[in-house]
Amino acid sequence: MRVAKGITSRAHPLWLAYILHRLSGLGLALFLPFHFWVLALATTDPERLNGFLSLTEAGAVKLAEFGLVFLLSVHMFGGLRLMALEFLPWTPAQKTLAAGATAGSFLVATLFLIQAI
Amino acid sequence: MTSKTLKVTVERGADAQCQFEVPAYESQTVLDVVSWIQQNADPTLSYRFACRVGMCGSCAMMVNGVPRWTCRTHISKVLDGDAVTIGPLRNLPVIKDLAVDMDPFFDKWVAAEAVHHGALTRDDPIAPVDERSEERVTANAGIECINCSVCYAACDTVAGNPDYLGPAALQRAWTLLNDAKDEGRVAILDAVSGRGGCHNCHSMGSCTTYCPNELDPMSAIAGLKRETAKSFFKRRRS
Repeated sequence: MRVAKGITSRAHPLWLAYILHRLSGLGLALFLPFHFWVLALATTDPERLNGFLSLTEAGAVKLAEFGLVFLLSVHMFGGLRLMALEFLPWTPAQKTLAAGATAGSFLVATLFLIQAI
Repeated sequence: MTSKTLKVTVERGADAQCQFEVPAYESQTVLDVVSWIQQNADPTLSYRFACRVGMCGSCAMMVNGVPRWTCRTHISKVLDGDAVTIGPLRNLPVIKDLAVDMDPFFDKWVAAEAVHHGALTRDDPIAPVDERSEERVTANAGIECINCSVCYAACDTVAGNPDYLGPAALQRAWTLLNDAKDEGRVAILDAVSGRGGCHNCHSMGSCTTYCPNELDPMSAIAGLKRETAKSFFKRRRS
């Protein structure tokens, strides 16, 4: 009950953005050693590396890759957001405009990407 | 709403809770509810208030897990069904029931050099202040703080690090840093860049979200981060 009460005061976008940034960072930190170890197999054990690479065809692994890209993008934009928040003394109106412009450019870029695919 | 009864839980001590049935009426504030309990149900209930109009900053409490100024919070806005839980402010030692010890909060104002550093005496002419200058506008943004400690109770960084100066003290330090009448620039920057200073802030934004006067301590702390970083690189160059 104490925990549930604690969460009430944190249910706002700024805190959720903070925790998303932290958790995605932790997720990436846990993944990276494994990632480097698999890459290192290219020099130490190429056969085993090929085994790993064939795994990427599996649906579950593809889903995990999606999760990884999600973590990466969330963490990158979370970091950019934090730097903008702390180092650019913008007014709320300027921040809304900047967020709108970013969202708009993403929309256009995604449309181009979908067309290209 | 006249015949309705509110189920009020008051947190008293670490794990002690008391339930009260309080008659509901129109335009009732959380402070009205607490006062009703003290006057009609349990005279031993301790709590703190003074002005009842949102100026003195003494009646802040946790209401359903959220820090609020209780004299300006209508109970109808915070009710969960017909129930509400009221507790002492988070992050401060409890004296008794709903009254917390505010000493650590105010000690940190002094530790952050959030005190006036004057250079003039009463014999000097009054220095003109341009109220449209950028510095004055920045300083003005934070001067309506009523020291209620809602931001301090909302802050998870304070909860995790008892040395952290907290949003209110740092916001006042930022206000003074931008105040043309204050001469404590070096002292302030030293105080807020040390252990427990502005760089502990994780920009979670609960201070800004819950400030009852709609101030923005998070952006004030970001301002201190920029100024301390600038002064750090300047000092290294010279």
